Amino acid sequence: MSVFQVEHAAVGYDGRPVLRDVSLAVAAGEVVAVLGANGSGKSTLIRAVLGLVPLSAGSVTLFGTPQRRFRQWHRIGYVPQRLGAGSGVPATVAEVVASGRLARRGLLRPPGRADREAGAAALRAVGLADRAGDPVATLSGGQQQRTLIARALAGRPELLVLDEPTAGVDAASQEAFAGALRGFLDGGGTVLLVAHELGPLRPLISRAVVVHEGGIAHDGAVPEPAGHHADPDHEHVHPHCDEEPAGLWSM
Amino acid sequence: MDLFQYDFMLRALVGALVIGLAAPALGIYLVQRRLALIGDGIGHVALTGVGAGLLLNRSPVLVAVITATLGAIAIELVRARGRTSGDLALALLFYGGIAGGVLLVGLSDASSASLNSYLFGSLTTTSPGDLITILVLGVAILVTMLALRPALFAVCHDEEYARVSGLPVRALNLLLAVTTAVTVTIAMRAVGVLLISALMVVPVATAQQVTRGFRSTMTAAMALGLFAAAAGVWVAATADTAPGASVVLLAIGSFLVVALVAAGWRALRRRARPAGAPAGEPHEHEVVLR
Repeated sequence: MSVFQVEHAAVGYDGRPVLRDVSLAVAAGEVVAVLGANGSGKSTLIRAVLGLVPLSAGSVTLFGTPQRRFRQWHRIGYVPQRLGAGSGVPATVAEVVASGRLARRGLLRPPGRADREAGAAALRAVGLADRAGDPVATLSGGQQQRTLIARALAGRPELLVLDEPTAGVDAASQEAFAGALRGFLDGGGTVLLVAHELGPLRPLISRAVVVHEGGIAHDGAVPEPAGHHADPDHEHVHPHCDEEPAGLWSM
Repeated sequence: MDLFQYDFMLRALVGALVIGLAAPALGIYLVQRRLALIGDGIGHVALTGVGAGLLLNRSPVLVAVITATLGAIAIELVRARGRTSGDLALALLFYGGIAGGVLLVGLSDASSASLNSYLFGSLTTTSPGDLITILVLGVAILVTMLALRPALFAVCHDEEYARVSGLPVRALNLLLAVTTAVTVTIAMRAVGVLLISALMVVPVATAQQVTRGFRSTMTAAMALGLFAAAAGVWVAATADTAPGASVVLLAIGSFLVVALVAAGWRALRRRARPAGAPAGEPHEHEVVLR
């Protein structure tokens, strides 16, 4: 049975189509990277899977249940691209990670020992156990990203969905992240991640989906990066314009 | 302190304490989602309710609760849409609210002193009935804010993540909007609609100068709100000043003191650091001084 299934999905913002007729099924144990240029619709695709953007056509099925009726959200761990732009009130790393238990615990039940243990284990998995009491705002970008991954792992999900987890993240954090992901996969997890660069994640990816102009241009083996992106020292941090070469990830 | 032998002073004190505790407990969520001034806006809307209550000879506080709740729900619906025009819609609601209030109070037989008592508070005229309303609603707000802290924290911290966690995000947002409206209207008696936002926001702003986490900020903000309320009523009673303004000025005074002390402490710590240590974000391998 597939973990999730997208069938003929279309998404539009203000009448402008972003995804058109996209179909994708991911089975348990797969590690799927969604690749593509900025503005290709790759982030929209995973947001549609999670129900964060409404479909204008087609359907999404999560763990065999139509998304509209899906309630077992604890089976999914979501890692957004970054922490909301520095919220007004300080929060410790442990407090942010504790949010990851809400899907399991529900609205009213106060956190118990199992919740605290899962939070601590998730922080250990991303190598931030010693920072649990620190305000997240004092962490580096990579450490904040690891905090968000720990939050998702704390819920002990079956499917991990990550939006550009390695964008602008330092090498140490990328390695820590790859390690955490390996641990999650050893436990039988399924991963869907959006990436611009694969970096140290490349050996973990079992399947690549390239999104181009709102459609799926490639679905299969991980393509070799082309042009200057192939340079191992290439740091992908420059801002992208809409006119980015479309064939970046094409075979 | 023989001033508190009078029942009305005692009622004023108890009312102020409950509000001093409840307002920051709610305000922290509003600050966290950068809606610090929403209480002010809802206060404006509540004033129309006061005017309508006075005109119809109904309890102004009760009509204000209903009006402010409707206004808060309207604001939340506009916010949830996330359109840029939301800004303008909010402005319309705020100024419509205060203009409607002034107009309706003017049409009623009420004096301008009675309008003033809602604009700036009139703690010493708190009746036993008012006090019971403040107590019941204040405790309800406190219990809700404390019991739902993990869920409300998640929604205010990262709304999309909360949605993917299966939390009833829309219901929780509406709950926050409604509790804001209720807090505004019960605090109206104490500090007035024009000053209520200060009690929700200033203790939180003070607390987060020195705290590291959300829970510690909430605890400290509630303690600061309680202190400002108690000290404010005491100052008002001894120096015969306006209670609402005294409470708010004390809260702002604590903010300045804590900000100065915290800045001095940080400067001392920086001097204690070895020279050449980079300022700003600690790096991967940097030892963080505790």
